[in-house]
Amino acid sequence: MKKSRNSVLVLGAGIAGIQASLDLAEMGVGVHLVEGTPTIGGRMPQLDKTFPTNDCSMCILSPKMSECVRHPLITLHIKSSLEKIEGAPGDFRCTVIERAKYVDPVKCVSCGLCEEKCPVKIDDVFDEGLRKTKAISRYFLQSIPSEYTINAGHCLYLTKGVCRLCEKVCPTGAINYGDMDREIELNVNAVILATGIDPYDPIGFGHFGYRRYSNVVTSLEFERMLSASGPLSGHVARASDGRAPENIAFIQCVGSRDISIDRNYCSSACCMFAIKQSIIAREHNRDLSATIFYMDIRAFGKDFDRYYEKAQEQYGVEFVRSKVAEVRELRNGNLELKYTFENGDIQHREFDMVVLSIGLQPRAGSRELSGKLDIGLNRFGFCRSDTFRPLNTTRDGVFVCGAMNGPKDNPESVVSASGAVAGAMEYLDAARYEPSAGGGGVPEKHVTGERPRIGVFVCHCGINIAGVVDVKDVAAYAAGLPNVEHAENVVYACSTDCLETIKSRVAEHDLNRVVVAACTPRTHEPLFRQTISEAGLNPYLFEMANIRDQCSWAHMDEPEQATSKSKDLVEMAVAKARGLTPLERLPIEIDPEALVIGGGLSGMSAALSIADAGHDVYLVERAEDLGGNMRDIFFNFDGSDPQEFLSGLIDRVLGHNRIKVWRKASIEDITGYVGNFRTKLTGESGELEELSHGAVVVATGGQEHETEEYQYGRSSRVVTQKEFERMLHDGSFPAGRLREVVMIQCVGSREEGRMYCSRICCSKAVKNALQLRKRKPRANIYFAVRDVRTYGFAEEHYSELRDSGALFFRYTPDSKPTAELIDPEDPHSRVRVTVLDPVLEKEVVIDADLLVLATAIDALPENLKLARMLKVPLNSDGMFLEAHVKLRPVDFATEGIFVCGLAHGPKDMSESLVQARAAAGRALTFLRKKSILAEGTIAEVRRERCSGCGYCQAVCAYSAIEVDPEEQVAVVNDALCKGCGACVASCRCGALDLRGFSNIQLYSVFNSLVRETAEGVVN
Amino acid sequence: MSEWQPRILAILCNWCSYAGADLAGVSRIQYPPNIRVVRVPCSGRVDPLFILKSLQAGFDGVLVSGCHPGDCHYISGNYVARRRFAILKPLLEFVGIEPDRVQFSWISAGEGERFATVVTKVVEDVRKLGPSKRIVKKA
Repeated sequence: MKKSRNSVLVLGAGIAGIQASLDLAEMGVGVHLVEGTPTIGGRMPQLDKTFPTNDCSMCILSPKMSECVRHPLITLHIKSSLEKIEGAPGDFRCTVIERAKYVDPVKCVSCGLCEEKCPVKIDDVFDEGLRKTKAISRYFLQSIPSEYTINAGHCLYLTKGVCRLCEKVCPTGAINYGDMDREIELNVNAVILATGIDPYDPIGFGHFGYRRYSNVVTSLEFERMLSASGPLSGHVARASDGRAPENIAFIQCVGSRDISIDRNYCSSACCMFAIKQSIIAREHNRDLSATIFYMDIRAFGKDFDRYYEKAQEQYGVEFVRSKVAEVRELRNGNLELKYTFENGDIQHREFDMVVLSIGLQPRAGSRELSGKLDIGLNRFGFCRSDTFRPLNTTRDGVFVCGAMNGPKDNPESVVSASGAVAGAMEYLDAARYEPSAGGGGVPEKHVTGERPRIGVFVCHCGINIAGVVDVKDVAAYAAGLPNVEHAENVVYACSTDCLETIKSRVAEHDLNRVVVAACTPRTHEPLFRQTISEAGLNPYLFEMANIRDQCSWAHMDEPEQATSKSKDLVEMAVAKARGLTPLERLPIEIDPEALVIGGGLSGMSAALSIADAGHDVYLVERAEDLGGNMRDIFFNFDGSDPQEFLSGLIDRVLGHNRIKVWRKASIEDITGYVGNFRTKLTGESGELEELSHGAVVVATGGQEHETEEYQYGRSSRVVTQKEFERMLHDGSFPAGRLREVVMIQCVGSREEGRMYCSRICCSKAVKNALQLRKRKPRANIYFAVRDVRTYGFAEEHYSELRDSGALFFRYTPDSKPTAELIDPEDPHSRVRVTVLDPVLEKEVVIDADLLVLATAIDALPENLKLARMLKVPLNSDGMFLEAHVKLRPVDFATEGIFVCGLAHGPKDMSESLVQARAAAGRALTFLRKKSILAEGTIAEVRRERCSGCGYCQAVCAYSAIEVDPEEQVAVVNDALCKGCGACVASCRCGALDLRGFSNIQLYSVFNSLVRETAEGVVN
Repeated sequence: MSEWQPRILAILCNWCSYAGADLAGVSRIQYPPNIRVVRVPCSGRVDPLFILKSLQAGFDGVLVSGCHPGDCHYISGNYVARRRFAILKPLLEFVGIEPDRVQFSWISAGEGERFATVVTKVVEDVRKLGPSKRIVKKA
């Protein structure tokens, strides 16, 4: 293997590994993506929908999967494992074993004949064993790469030496029983680990009856049942009798928050997962009732609490705070739950089905992997990383992302992936590069003004198409269509030899448009476009007719209909092709500098990551000092010192020769677009300065909510958690006795006006309470809480606090605690707190020496002004709204602008650091390039027709079209336009059109099937 | 002569509904062969004129399908489309085009089964209405 410089090995091709690979490749870095299963995608394809938007999981993932497999800089190693990392960071030598696939991926055309004939049925792992698959198969229908592989452990020939049926039926001779495992050596600069998590196997939970009772399923099995592409096609049914369940119980924390099985951590995602499943199940069946048995509902993410509210109010999901002691099967297959309330009361209830919300645990074999790669694990077996180095493993040059170092949901995994990439940049060559336009350097033929000369290639796809559709007839029909110069049949249009055929036909017949009638353009259009550009044609002079997915596969029993439909589809494609014009992807120059707005933890970290990668950074802070909210944080669970870290960070920022800092500065105006922003700001001197830069990172932070509740401001003994932390730090406790300390959570959060969880307050309060324990061991600590949301590894500290004797009282918004000053005249008065104890069912009165309020995190009111300048949206809480909550969590829809830290939503220091790195990483995917290519299919304006009404501007989600105030005509920004066409269809003057999907092109498609007959015109 | 078969034009967005049609195919779900699919980037690209022109060109019915609300690959294109169709619907009725002839739906990339169901329904609805005559071009 030849030595490859400037490359990174990514282990694990789930959403985190995919994102890391794409980001690296976008920066011009070579990637070796090593994955154990036969497909990329990881856990996400198993999911039906994703919370809190109910996005279809595959819809949002599959574009990333195909991008990943197509990217020229990403080399996929499926069915492979990483065995060894040797050498020093920056120059690692990695040993990878690629396991035998027994199917030649170059020859395999994924026709599926082998799977049909294979006699060996095995449990389908992807469908959680709810369906059977074969010993030769694809991992799942939309697997990428799509080629088949043989499961050597089950194949009759490989195990017993008999059968060879797949070899006999394979039309391309792709089966290779002699395939062997191969050991390869890869030289890379850095390694990113993203092996993810495993679901907890509840087989040990005998009292819940998993595997003994057929109607007890895990949440992952239930997810496959809900999925439209799952084994039950989305029709949930009981295994015992096939009946649709009418009431379902969800049992939370199975395998989480459980000391008895050494899993004293919170899996963080299961509450939302169960809420989502109950909503989706209700959407499938309006009469269904869903009940969730839980300890605390941990809906701590952005917009999660609203989703929780929605489940209760709109979907009638019932939430029962209790512990389930036992599940018993009744004769009719129903299940009886026995559960205990906090006050000890026991109840029984019958359900049709029980879903176990299983927790997340380290991947099987992670201990072995950690030994092989020499990386540390934490005490639960997750990859170890520290608060202030959240993306680093214990080995230099080896980074971690995704759920491998602790339970995470999708967006957090994506964020950490982009963050790990920014970390890996340290070991990579910082030179900027010019991305190539493709086409393999073949000069483009000039076709404008020429008569269309169309070539049509009708694919057999083995027997996939030819077995149903009369492909010869279709080709003959195509040959007779106007402007068709050549038509022929090809066995596999996408095979290497057929691609060569297409290229030579272009030359022989001087074709200037190509139509391929085969499968779906969603997977194959890029390949054919590449092919014709190698033949000297502009890649946009290509059109596809999907006669496999839409004809032969959808009408298998109606060959005549399928054939005539195929002819129509070809005719429509030819009509479209006739009007196609060459399109250009114009380069947009990118300024290499970045503007970072906000000098807190996030802003400084983002600035450093970008500057360390060799780019100039302009860091703008409105306050006098750098540091932001972190200046008030003094403790960490792991004992590290935030202030020490902060001062080190500030020193590095101020001393960095690539970072220029403005303090007491304000931004007056930002104009421009990706790669070409112009910013006006006034600094300390009051002088107006103008900067140009290629990207913007928004890290403006947030602020503590100012409350008027609970006597705050009327006694020095009522403080916020932030003030309390400083008190703990410098010992400035109120004078006198400090025996009774009350902490009230959710002050301002999760209620009208602020319907969100501020995420960090529970962990922060627990942390501070533990600090108080150290200083005042005899103090009594009381908590008034709604749900305790110490997610992830903070759960352990919550247990520690409870074990130390702290008392927790639950309250609801209707029964909030009350606080009265004992002496209203005294500015240092003690406070009488009354809280209803739901366990004792009576009021508890505490005369508190100190009352600590966990106040909400508010968005900055200044966000609005900045959002308007940048033309990016805020959510209803005033926080910046990312492009996509799941898969583009630090990007804005407007390219070149990124968000991190509290400006995006509440999060702790570690999470802010990760997100800051991610924003830096994403910004670098642009900054590392000297130019980017604009889309070819973009909107264009016919100036003479435009009335300047501005309706297009109002519908554009990307701020890509604006009315020029002087000329009063709309102007498209080629750099920002994504080519959706919303503006085109909105234009009331017909002044707009979409290249590649123009009105004329589409009308000719609609009109292509008009046939003239004696009775007039019919189609 | 066999029974009259309606001809339906389906305008599908690339990212969700077209992918849903693909999944229906890959899953070998069978549905009536009466539709002809046109792919557009987004349901937001669909000009109301497309629908009228298709009917004029002799199609008996039109199905327009995009991503579910909230799922749009282009953030909000399907909302724009939804608003446009809400206005188009009464207009079609006003000019005498039966409401079932032009239908809108949201189909995701994971809903192959739903794609087949929607197509089957549209075909059956239009079959009941008979051939479209209202604005068909006369030679």
